[in-house]
Amino acid sequence: MADLTTVFAGVRSPNPFWLASAPPTNTAYQINKAFEYGWGGAVWKTIGDPVLNVCNRYGAFEMGGQKLLAINNVELISDRPLAVNLKEIAEVKRLWPDRAVVVSAMVSSNPEAWRTIVQQIEDTGADAIELNYGCPHGMSERGMGAAVGQVPEYCSLITSWVTEVASIPVIVKLTPNVTDITKPARAAVAGRANGLSLINTINSIVGVDLDSFELRPNIGGKGGHGGYAGPAVKPIALHMLSQVAIDPEVKAAGVPISGMGGVQTWRDAAEFLLLGATTVQVCTAVMHYGFRLIEDLTDGLSNWLDSKGICSVSEVVGASTHRVSDFGDLDLSFKTVARIDEDKCIQCNLCYVACDEGAHQCIDLTVDGVRIDPAALAADRASLKAGVGPQGRKPQPKVREEDCVGCDLCSLVCPVEGCITMVEVPPERPSVTWNELVRTRPDVTTDWDAMNAYRAEMGIDIH
Amino acid sequence: MDRSPLPLEQLQAAFTETYPRYTENEAFVEASRCLYCFDAPCIKACPTDIDVPTFIRKIATGNVLGAATTILESNLMGHTCGRVCPVDELCVGACVLGAEHRPIAIGRLQRYATDHLFATGAMPFEPAPPTGKRVAVVGAGPAGLSCAGELAKLGVEAHVFERSELPGGLSTYGIVVMREPVAVALEEVEFVKRLGVQVHTGVEVGEDLDPQRLVSEFDAVVIAAGTGKVPRLGVPGEDLEGVTDALDFIAATKMAEKDGLAHLYDVKVGREVIVVGAGNTAVDAATIARRLGADRVTMVYRRGLGDMPAYDHEVAFVRNEGVDIRLLTQPVEFLGEGGRVVGVRCVRMALGEPDASGRRSPEPVPGSEFVLPADQVVLAIGQEKRLGLFAAFGLEVAHGYVKTDAELRTSHPKVFAAGDCARLTGHALTVTAAQDGKIAAKAIARQLGLDVPAPAPGEPTGRPILTQPPVREQVGGVGG
Repeated sequence: MADLTTVFAGVRSPNPFWLASAPPTNTAYQINKAFEYGWGGAVWKTIGDPVLNVCNRYGAFEMGGQKLLAINNVELISDRPLAVNLKEIAEVKRLWPDRAVVVSAMVSSNPEAWRTIVQQIEDTGADAIELNYGCPHGMSERGMGAAVGQVPEYCSLITSWVTEVASIPVIVKLTPNVTDITKPARAAVAGRANGLSLINTINSIVGVDLDSFELRPNIGGKGGHGGYAGPAVKPIALHMLSQVAIDPEVKAAGVPISGMGGVQTWRDAAEFLLLGATTVQVCTAVMHYGFRLIEDLTDGLSNWLDSKGICSVSEVVGASTHRVSDFGDLDLSFKTVARIDEDKCIQCNLCYVACDEGAHQCIDLTVDGVRIDPAALAADRASLKAGVGPQGRKPQPKVREEDCVGCDLCSLVCPVEGCITMVEVPPERPSVTWNELVRTRPDVTTDWDAMNAYRAEMGIDIH
Repeated sequence: MDRSPLPLEQLQAAFTETYPRYTENEAFVEASRCLYCFDAPCIKACPTDIDVPTFIRKIATGNVLGAATTILESNLMGHTCGRVCPVDELCVGACVLGAEHRPIAIGRLQRYATDHLFATGAMPFEPAPPTGKRVAVVGAGPAGLSCAGELAKLGVEAHVFERSELPGGLSTYGIVVMREPVAVALEEVEFVKRLGVQVHTGVEVGEDLDPQRLVSEFDAVVIAAGTGKVPRLGVPGEDLEGVTDALDFIAATKMAEKDGLAHLYDVKVGREVIVVGAGNTAVDAATIARRLGADRVTMVYRRGLGDMPAYDHEVAFVRNEGVDIRLLTQPVEFLGEGGRVVGVRCVRMALGEPDASGRRSPEPVPGSEFVLPADQVVLAIGQEKRLGLFAAFGLEVAHGYVKTDAELRTSHPKVFAAGDCARLTGHALTVTAAQDGKIAAKAIARQLGLDVPAPAPGEPTGRPILTQPPVREQVGGVGG
């Protein structure tokens, strides 16, 4: 069984799964329970300045009967008295010496306030501090949270206030509500952060009620942007994680990253690890299903590592980051085509209509191997009704491989597992990237006539 | 034979619609499973061309009124069809998810959509301005109502003449209440009436109304009169008390349900019931007898299992209800005591050479007679043709059915025919009757020079030419 033990900026945990700073880490009751289930660590729900909450606080993004594809929230940082939180943190850490107990904090932007909270947190015996530079609502209007995370200078300054006085590791949690996540990440590193965590929630309005015209969540007839999280944000989180993980300044500093944003299963977690996360934080999935998820998270991750012959989770951290590339460095000669397994095909023809109307017109409908004119489909239907030809025959979609541009849309819409596969075929010309073309044949990249000549030369035919 | 011995609660449960209405969430979840196929096979499998993926998607998006409109645009009898169509043989049977998954419950979704529309009282159609043309329709069953409704949408003044007390035909009188309550059939009629159709009940053409007057006073006449009573079997004892026509038996439960399920106690049922026949009507009658509390119900059929006209799922269903099926058994005499039936003398049959229908014809086995005890015998051996009515219009007839071309023109230039009375071949279903009504309405409109929307590419203008042997059951069962 693979070793799931994780060390993050010197903080050890028995597995890489931490509860993110959020409603599931609001109380000692919850975190004790989570640790009993086996969670490796927990980031205490942000403590700091006094707040009052509203209701309703959460809204959900649902689709096709799938609940909580994402959650939107306007809940603020902990609204429990600071002293209560500090007392409970100390109690939890005393009970669970082997788990990572990290405390998220957010106070007004002055050095004294930060020094005070750092001292209070250290007095609890907590393993690390996470600076909440991400909260996108409520706190940001008061100059905290995302208001800091969106301005690299503030990010750097406040981080340095904290790292000057802290004796335990300082993790900076980044907001995704920026154009380039590497800027605040570098700023945090410049402030001597010991670790980074991302992503916090994304600005969002989750919906509008079509009966009342009220926003969701509805707060006394009004609403506003809240933080968006859950499975739907995972691709955005993975992208931002990868950008930070491959950033030269972040790499040079050697700070670990705690990844989060839509982690629901061990598979999601593995992807975060592969793109450079040392630990993985989870919130929405636990809000949906409870702490018991940890059993499959650790079991599934361990079984996957075993199946790959990997002894320790640390070995996969960042294992895919070298594959993260700019478009200009992608091989333009790499070629795939779609193949339909006709034995598996159920003739729903979703690939046909997607290709014909949404992509590049490379799939035909055929009957007995002969292409049928799509315009004649309706007539074909009439002939079927009239009993002409074999009853119940269904058109079979077929890919014209010579025209297939390898876009992959057909396999993405196909509802049958393994029916359409993208098959790699031998390249028809030497490997070349756009950046190489820019260097070697600059005219091709700026002039259509040169491009057309290049295409003719290379045998590139675009229908 | 006596009133049901069952307590009211049990009777009510036994005669309530088999499938409860989907909740909003159930409908949403089921509709969301639909793949929204392109050129979907379920559309091809629907005799009325309902755009199934579109109406299901509309349910999934919460546009339930739009879903019902999509259904009714193609089939004004969609409210009934969602309940009675043999969907496993049609749309659901064609669903691409049937192969490895669970096909979409298209019938139940259709019912969810039309139930919504009928509950709201919405009228999604606006009939064309009056054209001054008048058409008479004989029979207010699905074919007649569909035809009249489609004509009304085109601005034709349509009058439907129905001999029964209530309109709706088999939807009202013949489909078991577990599948379609009478109220559903009647609200469907009301919808057609709101399109401008005038329905005259209790008027029998040929008795109360001169057929020639219809022909002369209307611009066209549609015969959609269905079929008649169950014919006599032609064996001794058929007039004994306790020998019943299956259609009357079913109709009695329909009328009881209409008035409140407690009226089921007015329907007489035996303790030991023999049902003669093996079609879907026989299945329905046997089911009703069991559910009214008969101790033993036996269907007797002179041919073998494979020749039973009832759908396989209906046969499986009725066996589940506890009904025995005696195959290769032919009643030869109904035995009576004091004028009441007490048993059926039967003879065993053996299969001989194939007959004209291709089925091996059963022949009596000499000396194999035996008696089945019975205090009720229900005959479900087909329906009589309405030859007198056809003759009164001077129509050519083939094998007991009105002879028509593919667009349902009869031998009389002003007379059309639709539905079971004109169904020489093919499936006698509510949905095919509804399609007949559409075909006849369009053919009439064209004949009257009305502005008829040109057929969409591929839209069939006539009946399909079917090659398979006819399925001769109209009533639709409770199972499946």
